[in-house]
Amino acid sequence: MKGHSLHSLNGVFWRRFRKNRLAAAGGVVVVLMFFVAVFAPFISPHNPDDIDRKHVLEAPSLKHPLGTDDLGRDVLSRMILGSRISLSVGFVSVGIATLIGIFLGAISGYYGGWVESIIMRFIDIMLTIPTFFLILAVIAFIDPNIWSSSAIPGWIRESLRVILIDPNIMNIMMVIGLTSWMGVARLVRAEVLSLKEREFVLAARALGTGDMNIIFRHIMINSMAPVFVSAVLGIAGAVLVESALSFLGIGVQPPAPSWGNILTLGKDNIEIAWWLSVFPGLAILITVLSYNLVGEGLRDALDPRLWDMEI
Amino acid sequence: MTKRAFLFLLSLLIAVNIMGCKEKPAATIKTISENNSNEPAYGDALIVGSIGEPSNLIYMLASDSASHDIAGLMFSGLVKYHTDLSVIGDLAESWDISKDGLVITFHLRKGVKWADGVEFTADDVKFGYDTIVNEKTPTAYKEDFLQVKKAEVLNKYTFRVTYGKPFAPALTSWSGIVVLPKHLLEGKDITKSEFTRNPVGLGPYKLKRWTPGQELILDSYREYFEGRPYIDRYVYRLIPDLSTMFLELKAGSIDMMGLTPIQYTKQTNTDFFKNNFQKFRYPQFAYTYMGFNLKHPFFQDKRVRQAIAYAIDKSELIDVVLFGLGSPATGPYVPNTWPYNPNVKKYEYNPGKAKELLKEAGWEDTDGDGLLDKDGIPFRFTIFTNMGNTLRKNAATIIQWRLAKVGIKVEIRALEWSTFINEFIDKKRFEAVILGWSIGLDPDQYDIWHSSKTKEKEFNFISYSNPEVDELLEKGRRTFNMKERKKAYFRIQEILAEELPYLFLYVPDATPVVHARFKGIKPAPIGITYNLPKWYAPQKMQKHKVEP
Amino acid sequence: MIAYLIKRLFEMIPTLVGITLISFFIIHLAPGKPTDILTELNPKITPEARERLEKLYNLDKPVIIQYGLWLKRIVKLDFGESFSTDRRPVMQKIWDKKQSLLDRRLFITLMINLITFAIILAISIPIGVSSATHQNSLYDKIMTTTVFIGFAMPSFWFALLLMMFFGVYLGWLPVSGLKSLNYDALPLLGKMWDRISHLILPIFISAFGGLAGDSRFMRSSMLEVVRQDYVTVARAKGLPDKKVIYQHALRNALLPLITLIGLSVPGLIGGSVILESVFGIPGMGQLFFMSVMTRDYPMVMCILTIGGMLTLLGNLLADIGYMLADPRIRAKQ
Repeated sequence: MKGHSLHSLNGVFWRRFRKNRLAAAGGVVVVLMFFVAVFAPFISPHNPDDIDRKHVLEAPSLKHPLGTDDLGRDVLSRMILGSRISLSVGFVSVGIATLIGIFLGAISGYYGGWVESIIMRFIDIMLTIPTFFLILAVIAFIDPNIWSSSAIPGWIRESLRVILIDPNIMNIMMVIGLTSWMGVARLVRAEVLSLKEREFVLAARALGTGDMNIIFRHIMINSMAPVFVSAVLGIAGAVLVESALSFLGIGVQPPAPSWGNILTLGKDNIEIAWWLSVFPGLAILITVLSYNLVGEGLRDALDPRLWDMEI
Repeated sequence: MTKRAFLFLLSLLIAVNIMGCKEKPAATIKTISENNSNEPAYGDALIVGSIGEPSNLIYMLASDSASHDIAGLMFSGLVKYHTDLSVIGDLAESWDISKDGLVITFHLRKGVKWADGVEFTADDVKFGYDTIVNEKTPTAYKEDFLQVKKAEVLNKYTFRVTYGKPFAPALTSWSGIVVLPKHLLEGKDITKSEFTRNPVGLGPYKLKRWTPGQELILDSYREYFEGRPYIDRYVYRLIPDLSTMFLELKAGSIDMMGLTPIQYTKQTNTDFFKNNFQKFRYPQFAYTYMGFNLKHPFFQDKRVRQAIAYAIDKSELIDVVLFGLGSPATGPYVPNTWPYNPNVKKYEYNPGKAKELLKEAGWEDTDGDGLLDKDGIPFRFTIFTNMGNTLRKNAATIIQWRLAKVGIKVEIRALEWSTFINEFIDKKRFEAVILGWSIGLDPDQYDIWHSSKTKEKEFNFISYSNPEVDELLEKGRRTFNMKERKKAYFRIQEILAEELPYLFLYVPDATPVVHARFKGIKPAPIGITYNLPKWYAPQKMQKHKVEP
Repeated sequence: MIAYLIKRLFEMIPTLVGITLISFFIIHLAPGKPTDILTELNPKITPEARERLEKLYNLDKPVIIQYGLWLKRIVKLDFGESFSTDRRPVMQKIWDKKQSLLDRRLFITLMINLITFAIILAISIPIGVSSATHQNSLYDKIMTTTVFIGFAMPSFWFALLLMMFFGVYLGWLPVSGLKSLNYDALPLLGKMWDRISHLILPIFISAFGGLAGDSRFMRSSMLEVVRQDYVTVARAKGLPDKKVIYQHALRNALLPLITLIGLSVPGLIGGSVILESVFGIPGMGQLFFMSVMTRDYPMVMCILTIGGMLTLLGNLLADIGYMLADPRIRAKQ
């Protein structure tokens, strides 16, 4: 591996990733979903909020390709808008988890000693309480108004509004983020431990570079790959958790459409409106599956041990 | 507990409200003709599906419908409603009312026995009364009994109550389940007693086993004072969600449940269903409303409330939310009952008129963002409702959509019940709510509308205050003259329809379904379960063998 | 080895304390006082009565002292009384000694999870091993996709589809609950079948969802082991491939899996909330969900703590298993 230039490493990576057809297919879906979410308002055939008393619970037709729900709203349009919510929950919560994980992992790995023991002990504790229990408890007990209250600086509220995130959804993102950073932290700590005695770090330290600078400029850059893989996998997990919470009725609150709460409608009407169950269920399945395949594909493609065999 | 005390309860029940119909009159439509050629027979079990688990089987201590369903089978009141809504005896054989209406003397049935064999006497009634008015008893149903000035046991079978002032609902308040076995509970803290989970009653059924989280099994009480019930066993099976419950119904694991509007209209019209089940439909004694916080600056102006009424199409709500299984509400009483005033101001859907009224009240879209504003404040408010009630959530969604069309931005928040009550209703931290009231047969609604009832934990949480209504409410409960009462309540409805402290939305229908093998069900204005002990499954159709 | 175990047990204590701390402070995130719920629907409660209640739950004391007092009680496994209207002791609600073992909530959840575990292992180890030995073959790809579909499938959705098909359409399996209504009247065999038939769908779904983790881990663990020198040596010595794989490689590849099993306890227990709610199974997960929804604080704190303890127990067992299985560690003792 030593002989490869960065350029050819990149080449190997892409070659390997593309050769993995499953991962490549997942990648295509991920990109597609991303575009759907971004351009949701432009590709929705109908206004997702429009109620139509004459077309309640209608099966798929030309006018409503995925049927209508119990208020006569167009399911396709709602699912398109829902993709935005599912994905934004996925990205933001994983973003939160990754930031926390990188920070705690890096300082515990770099400093060692009591800093490390405390952080690692905390991770152990967090990993011990069943995650879903923790999420449920926090969501139920936290003040749901917290993000629209004046305690939150105006610019945060304003920027949430600009990126079209309903403040009520912020709670879910926060909670999922706050309960899923432990894996990243362990990963980063391990990377930092293995890197911190390497030549380039020692050199930087000898030059008098500050600790934080070393950690985040030198070490982190070099350990980003596994973190990135775990983030991609994390998105899949977060999408699942969000849909489960919405399904149980404590996640994204209607009328905001999310795949999970369309599925709740599907459950209530499973015998007469299969389209309410089948399509959102499939959407979750395909999305989660795609992120997983991409994540696994990236992991394999980035794993130098697997490269040796091929090269 | 026939009364407005029922209040928040309705909101708790999520569409399944099969039992407890004792106090829920109404006309009934039956969809399947009954075959009575089969002789009544003892035996079989009736399995009822419920999403809620009882919490406490002492009626006055519980506030959820599940507890009341079961306690209602195990206990009885002194009087009850007949199918024609007149009052008839239950544990009381007869009663005398003094000329001034202030004294009621109940003559109790003789020889009624508690399930442990001890005879029921006037002491048990007095004991129940003492318990409910005791300030240490945590019950929401005290109010009626606090009106009693003196309660006395004249002899073993005679019980007399004296009221300080005329109290119109006096007699009917005794249809509430107050009696408790003195010989078992005297001197005990009833909230802590084992009795709350394993009571000894005197009603048609007695508890055999309670498996928490799964089911309650009740066996018929053979010495029941109105005769041994035909159905030997009543099983209350807990199934936490309505679609699963419906699957269980079709799979034959349960015999009776309350259908949702969708299930009633769309899922029960197959031949299989028609051959195996009988479904019923009758208006509930309840209504759903949107209440405005009248302390909030947006809603102090009557014109704004009226504008919102014009902006909403009630028939659309009924079509979509209830699938047509209900009727529009115009006031706090339900159609076809004596206090109901059909000639009050109605608000037909008219968004143009709504905009006009809003403009008159100063609300206009001055900055062109599509939202009305006044003095720089946009018209944006939140409708709160309780979590888990699909019908209310749907109603809120439709209202949100309709109001957006006249330039009002609505947010919806569904909150878990106790948070909702403690943090928002009690502290008056809300702009508007969608909730429901279950109403009694007596039209007294003092607690809901009287301006003195606006304190924390009281029922006039929207802070409605109108001196004329106050006066009429007092008048209505302090006279026995039916004409006068009717006049007072008619006038109250006119005022409420004009001022709209609530936007009255709809009166939903109850839609229970029962397996076809059960005969003897006689739908009446008060529902179907009032004569449960007389239901039976003919010998050859019986499904379950019940070993005692 | 005993010394090691004792050391491990001691190490668990700070974690346990941490768990109780977290449970305790989550509860205090909520707006208002925990006793508010007790005064709900009770228009006549007096301010004095409210104060008395707050005293009873020590809410008048500083938070840290409240925590200390609570901790003192839970050492004796006394989690207090449930705030729900039945007011039963919390421990009694999850472990009711008056009921048969099979009907106790904690037991139900544990039983379902243990069976699921066993099934996941029984299926995922062979899948992982064969995927590894046939790396990148069509078989490997199909298996990869299948286990990933299992992982990506929202369990509640899958549950609904299967309920419809097996419960309603075919009528083969019961739709919900833990036992039939006529359970008591059944003969012994009938009783057993009745219990089993109620568990088939929930366990199948839960196991299908859990395959991915273990089988993928097994696959990569196996791939790694196969590349190790001793395997190459064994092969070079001319040992048959089968023998190399199943005798030498597998044993070593299994070791890290033991740790993973310990780590997957919280996921499975957490997942029981969803499955128990969908299937109406009266286990601990369902109770937790109901308690959370009604803000039954003592109940929530109790189940959070017990969930944490179960995970610790799982980890400990995994450690022991690891020790028993790994000759290197055994040798050190």
